[in-house]
Amino acid sequence: MLEVRELTKIYEGGVLALDRVSFEVPKGQFLAVIGLSGSGKSTLLRCINRLVDPTSGKIIWDGYDITAASQDEMRHVRRKIGMVFQHFNLVARSSVLTNVLAGRLGYVNPFWSLINRFSRADVEKALGELERVGIRDKAMVRADELSGGQQQRVGIARAMMQEPQMILADEPVASLDPVLAHSIMQYLEQVNKEGVTVLCSLHFLDLVHRYANRVIALNQGKLVFDGLPTEIDDEKFKEIYGREAERVG
Amino acid sequence: MKSLKKSMDGKPSGLGKIAMFVRNSRQMLKSIGLGAAIFAGLVIYAYGFQVTKVNLQETKSERRQTQLVRILRALAKPDLLTYQYKEFEVNAPIMVPCPPEGYTSPAVDTSQPYMLITPPCAAPGDMVVVEGFHFQPNQSGPLSFIPPSGVKLNLGTIQTDEDGRFRLEVKLPKREANEVNYIRGVTRQRVGMPQLSQTARDTWDKIVETVFLALLATTIGTLIAIPLSFFAAQNLMKDITSPLTSVALNILALPLGFYLGGKLAAWVAALMRPALQMPLVMLAGIGVGVAVMVGGIRWALPQQEESVKPSLFVLVLRGAAIAAALLAGIFSLFLLSSLAMVVGDKLAKALGAFGFLGLFIADLGEILNMALVALVSLAGAGVFAAYAGQLGNRIARQTTPLLAKPLSVLLSALAGAVLLVLTLQAIDWFYQIGDPRITLWAPAVIGGAAGLLLAFLCRPNQELPVGMVIYFIARTIFNALRSIESLVMVIVFAVWVGIGPFAGVLALSLHTIAALAKLYSEQVESILPGPVEAVKATGANRLQTIVYAVIPQIIPPYISFTMYRWDINVRMSTIIGFAGGGGIGFLLQQNINLLNYRAASAQMLAIAIVVASMDYLSAKMRERTI
Repeated sequence: MLEVRELTKIYEGGVLALDRVSFEVPKGQFLAVIGLSGSGKSTLLRCINRLVDPTSGKIIWDGYDITAASQDEMRHVRRKIGMVFQHFNLVARSSVLTNVLAGRLGYVNPFWSLINRFSRADVEKALGELERVGIRDKAMVRADELSGGQQQRVGIARAMMQEPQMILADEPVASLDPVLAHSIMQYLEQVNKEGVTVLCSLHFLDLVHRYANRVIALNQGKLVFDGLPTEIDDEKFKEIYGREAERVG
Repeated sequence: MKSLKKSMDGKPSGLGKIAMFVRNSRQMLKSIGLGAAIFAGLVIYAYGFQVTKVNLQETKSERRQTQLVRILRALAKPDLLTYQYKEFEVNAPIMVPCPPEGYTSPAVDTSQPYMLITPPCAAPGDMVVVEGFHFQPNQSGPLSFIPPSGVKLNLGTIQTDEDGRFRLEVKLPKREANEVNYIRGVTRQRVGMPQLSQTARDTWDKIVETVFLALLATTIGTLIAIPLSFFAAQNLMKDITSPLTSVALNILALPLGFYLGGKLAAWVAALMRPALQMPLVMLAGIGVGVAVMVGGIRWALPQQEESVKPSLFVLVLRGAAIAAALLAGIFSLFLLSSLAMVVGDKLAKALGAFGFLGLFIADLGEILNMALVALVSLAGAGVFAAYAGQLGNRIARQTTPLLAKPLSVLLSALAGAVLLVLTLQAIDWFYQIGDPRITLWAPAVIGGAAGLLLAFLCRPNQELPVGMVIYFIARTIFNALRSIESLVMVIVFAVWVGIGPFAGVLALSLHTIAALAKLYSEQVESILPGPVEAVKATGANRLQTIVYAVIPQIIPPYISFTMYRWDINVRMSTIIGFAGGGGIGFLLQQNINLLNYRAASAQMLAIAIVVASMDYLSAKMRERTI
């Protein structure tokens, strides 16, 4: 259970990115976060694993106050939260395997990882995760030699290495074509079925309808909708995206 | 609007007149401004001519021009090749003065080279004509007057034509003798292949020295600049914050750790002394030391973090094991350095011509030995600071404000006092103030007060931007060091280690550290933030993030900048000899001072070749890495 209470983020320079956002996510849910670009979706997801420090408000996860954790304690929180990014954020010059193994960094002893030593079990696990996303044969290839869809699969494999209880996906398919988008979303769906909570920001409503159990919508940092995907009718749509918006897909 | 239009038509109305006047006066002002700017420019350049002593008369002076021609011609003929010569010597008799009975020279063998003197006898100071036949064609050589005593008196230079003849009118020296004098003509002929001149050989030696000087300086500079560059990278440093208590404890622990580390190193060195003469014992010691170190670390640092927190007893035991491993590591390194020195010396004697390899091993050992003391001190400081920081964090966060506040006030005041006293002690070392009121008591009181003030202003758990402070300090030091040219630095190093290439290596290294650390840190600042964010999100700590997300991104620019710096260092090392830094510059300066322009020209040529080929090479290698 993830509780977000009155979460507010004001960036330096006074930009109000999140304005007293509150909601709850039960364990195992697939929650879609929608809204225009700049509405605060990325900030919201990044506040949950504290890549962005919220200005005020609380985030409580299974009874533990994430917002009050120190930098050292965040290590233990973050390793249970996988993250998938729009631009994949792989280390381009490292091999696919090293990128996936990086998902274990929160668990392994820092000393050994600094000299790039991972246990056999971790390497096996990494290859297993690559197998699951269908690119085990690319393990030794440099990450920037893969196509976009393949890179995002590496991103998912890296997140899965963390044995996460929750995955934050920040527009995971926005840089991919529709066919690839579905294949990536299917991996997230599969992970969700294994009991992992998924928070995923999305642009396309058909993806929301197809994959999400529930939707929240942000507009200029405010929570403007919280409900089932099927509840988004034309009126709600205009409320979320503004009067001038037109539906595509 | 209308009036403006009218004024354009050339029929100005009242308003139009004003508008035109305004426009005209504005234009006039503009013209005046432009005129003033041109005048100011003229004045500036005139003053520039004055202070740089532009002297056109001097360029036209005939004496200067002949000198210039001489130098340019010498420079155009670098002294690179020499030939071996065979000398041909021809003597012709002459009487000075004419004996009373007169003198006829004996008949000569006209099949051989010969000279005829007319007249065959003459008074001292008279002119005679010397003609030569059957000489080597197109040669030149000296013509001398040889009196009976055998000394050589120069008469002039002969130049033979293509038939091997010459004709020269010479003035006899004012010497008289009753016996026959001789006039001797000598020509020289090149024999065999051209050979490298002594200058060319010296230049080769020195240019090799120059390239290696640059190589060493670049290597040392790069090795030190890489870790330092991270401290000057804003994107890495700005996240580093810590509460005041932690900062204060750090400031207190750093010098203590440094001091104790130094003591430990000295103690280990003293302990090792008896073993120094027994290489086998040392070798065994290294083996045991490494085994203890690896075993200890392996046992104390499990690969995966356990799910269950280990008991206190196990934690203490592990701490002891890590301490033992570190100690074993220090011991092994000390033994290794001593062993390298002993073995290197022996090798140097045994290897003969390749003795420099042995000396190199010995030098490496000595470098390791010298560096170890510094390293152990730094490690001591690091370990102490790390524990102090953790303790500080714990005090700031986990104790009640009732306890945390007074502790932070106390520690902050103490740290402020220590910091300022240490600073003043360093200043005292330079300026030798020698007054404890200024160097001890005043800074203690002022620093303590500043610490107190800061502690009252901050909440105990407030995070202070320590990283940014370190960032600014690092930046300032690099900028200051970079602005001192290595040509100036070498003067200080030449005093320390003597004039020569070693001083040049040290000066160039120091400059390289500052310049590269700055360039590197800018590369760190321009990496993609995405991968860093992603690795951080997995729960990686700061060091892990650097190793997995930062370093892979900066390798290509780091290599490229290192190449670029090597290129610069080669250029610098060619002239660092001017200031006592060894290398080819030293030779060049000597030859210029001795007016030996042909030799100087050879060295300039060598510099040009080396710099141009370095330029090409580094460009090629940089292309490859990107």
